Amino acid sequence: MAASSQTSVETVRFGVVVFPGSNCDADSYDMVNTFPGAGARYLWHKDTVIEDVDCVFLPGGFSYGDYLRCGAIARFSPIMAAVRDFAAAGGLVIGICNGFQILLEAGLLPGAMHQNEGLKFICKLVSLRVENAGTPFTSAYEKHQVVKIPVAHHEGNYFIDDEGMAALEANGQILFRYCDDDGEVTAAANPNGSLGSIAGICNAEGNVFGMMPHPERVSDAIVGGTDGRAFFQSIIDSVLEGRE
Amino acid sequence: MKAKVYITPKAGILDPQGVTIERSLPALGFEGVHNVRVGKYIELELPAGDGAAEAVDQMCQKLLANPIIEDFEFELVPE
Repeated sequence: MAASSQTSVETVRFGVVVFPGSNCDADSYDMVNTFPGAGARYLWHKDTVIEDVDCVFLPGGFSYGDYLRCGAIARFSPIMAAVRDFAAAGGLVIGICNGFQILLEAGLLPGAMHQNEGLKFICKLVSLRVENAGTPFTSAYEKHQVVKIPVAHHEGNYFIDDEGMAALEANGQILFRYCDDDGEVTAAANPNGSLGSIAGICNAEGNVFGMMPHPERVSDAIVGGTDGRAFFQSIIDSVLEGRE
Repeated sequence: MKAKVYITPKAGILDPQGVTIERSLPALGFEGVHNVRVGKYIELELPAGDGAAEAVDQMCQKLLANPIIEDFEFELVPE
């Protein structure tokens, strides 16, 4: 298969997966294309092969209508077997919001989501503290930097058992926590009841990442913020370093 | 044959819907209600046979429930 016209060997190639009910796919695609040296293309949920991609991007939305549980049906899409292989081979995989829920249901990340503590859909700008800046997803941030990134979800209340939480902590797998504007992680600053105020985690191998907030929505000053850009810049830097 | 599947939040896991219902019941005069848990009920029909119970168990493990946060039980009803 020929590389699409928007990518070349020099660029960092993001493959944005489109499921039935994805609704942040176009935002994600457009945002990636604002980075010099990066290019996005769409991957269809029925695709069975992932080629010419450096980072698989599972976008936000309501895949399969959120039927049964968020992400529970999407995880059986044909492309998810390819995503699993891609991750097993060390490829970078990111899931934002519904994409995070899909990665949890697929078992590519540990834990599970349930309904927000307040039972409401929450759509607002929140503060996050960068807990680990030594990963391919956060290297362009500084440790304990406070960033503002919006959430928009009804099931963002992260749960994991005590043993799993201890492993996340010990391995530095918690990359973002909800915090107040001063960077303090408090119950009041936790929008959804998420255990440990967790907003984003990676797997033990460090190549699969999920977060509930939407960095692609604050990656252009014209839409009100740029705090999400460093997330994508981190991935681009990481891929380029890997080629050296 | 019919399977009746009951899915409930695991013990010890916060159930925000249950908590909200629990807080509402005293307003209707029902005092002393506690441990309200909200789950799902799923009915399905499948071919009868020796493997039916094992099949429904696998359906629950793999799709119908999320074993990290939910428990399930089911009964098989001959038609």
